[in-house]
Amino acid sequence: MEFQISARAKKTIFGVIGVGVLAFIIGVVQNSGTDQFMTRLFSNLLIDGFFFFAIALGALFFLALQYATETGWSVAIKRVVEGVASYVLVGAGILLALFLIFTFTDGGWFGTEVHGHHIGHIYEWMDPALSDVDNMNYDKLVANKAPFLTKWFFWIVTILYMTVYIWFYKGFRKRSLQEDNEGGTKLHYKNFAKGALFLVLFGYFSSTSSWHWLMSVDPHWFSTLYGWYVFGGMWCTAMVTIMLVTLYLKRKGHLQVVNDSHIHDIGKWVFALSFLWSYLFFSQFMLYWYADIPEEVIYFHERIENYKFIFWGMFMINFIVPMLLLMSDSAKRNAGILMTVCVIIIIGHWADVYMLVTPGTMGEHGSIGFMEIGLFMAFAGLFVYLIMNTLTKAPLVPQNHPYLDESKHHHI
Amino acid sequence: MADRVIYAMYDDDEVLMDGAKKLVSEGVHITDVFSPFPIHGIDPIIGVKHTRLGIVSFMFGLLGMTLAVIGFKYFMIDDWPMNIGGKPNFSLLENYPSFVPITFEFTVLFAAHGMALTYLLRNKTLPGMPADNPYPRTTDDRFVMEIRLSDNTKFSADELHTKIKTTDIVEIEEKDYVVVK
Repeated sequence: MEFQISARAKKTIFGVIGVGVLAFIIGVVQNSGTDQFMTRLFSNLLIDGFFFFAIALGALFFLALQYATETGWSVAIKRVVEGVASYVLVGAGILLALFLIFTFTDGGWFGTEVHGHHIGHIYEWMDPALSDVDNMNYDKLVANKAPFLTKWFFWIVTILYMTVYIWFYKGFRKRSLQEDNEGGTKLHYKNFAKGALFLVLFGYFSSTSSWHWLMSVDPHWFSTLYGWYVFGGMWCTAMVTIMLVTLYLKRKGHLQVVNDSHIHDIGKWVFALSFLWSYLFFSQFMLYWYADIPEEVIYFHERIENYKFIFWGMFMINFIVPMLLLMSDSAKRNAGILMTVCVIIIIGHWADVYMLVTPGTMGEHGSIGFMEIGLFMAFAGLFVYLIMNTLTKAPLVPQNHPYLDESKHHHI
Repeated sequence: MADRVIYAMYDDDEVLMDGAKKLVSEGVHITDVFSPFPIHGIDPIIGVKHTRLGIVSFMFGLLGMTLAVIGFKYFMIDDWPMNIGGKPNFSLLENYPSFVPITFEFTVLFAAHGMALTYLLRNKTLPGMPADNPYPRTTDDRFVMEIRLSDNTKFSADELHTKIKTTDIVEIEEKDYVVVK
């Protein structure tokens, strides 16, 4: 269609993937002798697998939100949102493959055995030894969390989540392309109903899936705010990605209908959602800090003792940078400032997901080196390539959306 | 001679916007527009400068934040350190998480009230102050454009009338400009 991935962009993307894979291999060679090597490898796959999947999921949620609220202004960037959301297909595949490995290795145990005790799980609770009363590693707290933390329940709900996400993505995309040819309002109202339904399902699934996929790396600890916290991060990152793709396309001369007001509105989302995320971070932190109950505060204790710099650093980056740099309305219309802020906080949010997983799986042994950076680059390259590939498949602006005209004249 | 002013009345905001665009392109300076609700996009057309209210709000927010920090630093740390929940208040930094909510509240309180009061004072629209809209119907269903002759010295009153009448007005009136406040 109108947008083609330029040869230069392709070269850059494959270059990034190549450098990433190379750095990853260097990291693997460097660390393959250490006891924590396999744990580190799979923690990384979980971090990047989830991080990029979550961006796509955030975009899918945003798409459903626009349909359910019948929003007019965002029609001009709808194809960008769909493009970012399209990664759910591949992202779900990667995560499912990873979960399969974890399931068949009792929670990702490739590590060492110290006095008969398995060390180095990703999902410790998948190890049957922990819920076996006769075993010396019996863990009453984990055993009590069955059937929620058990393999069969994990798989039933994971397949349910993935089916729902993929099914809704495919439905939205199909109707969006169909609308280009047909027009009218029939598809619009169908999208409205499906969008509302997706929001209800996603409201539950975003919380419960983050408990299963991420919170369970610390199976003793729990937080009722966790799902919202993860959701705040994924929505913010999704808006950041949508912003970056939109700015890129505009700079290449596409998306002529997207004007300053659209950019300003996406900028407002990035600004507001950074606050949402920071607010949830602090709400979770302050209650545990104040109560200071050992079983609760252990989560923050582990992170602040061993990862002080990353833990506070990523909070400061994700909170202060968008707050100060995006506060004025002229900054939200300035492509240069927006690009800088977006790139900084996308790294900040990656560090956030890193903080969710690594201290739980690696304890005090985690660090950011070639492996982490390399894998991030490789995933980022793949992610960007798949998004762009989806963008080439359809016109960049929907042709017959009922609110297209409103969006073209969007002015704030 | 007292300043004369022409009031052009419209019954729709879009029509007024189109009229304003046309008049401005012909070199007419529109002093002000009165309407029952904010008209999006009218500011750049008639050349109203961008508001600095946001900067005021930011400064009030900073003021509130500073006052909050000075306040709880003195009350809770220096003057009478209290031991709440096993967390004695000996140092500001180590106890800061418990003070974040009040910092936030003070910032928002000052920013919001400071901005609202500045707005009302600057516009002279505090409760009880005389209204300065020339026609009471601009609070209901009329959209009025104010064009002062002293702002448009290059046109005569008749020329202005002719120009304004080419737009879709419902009423036009010329009278002495009365400074309400």
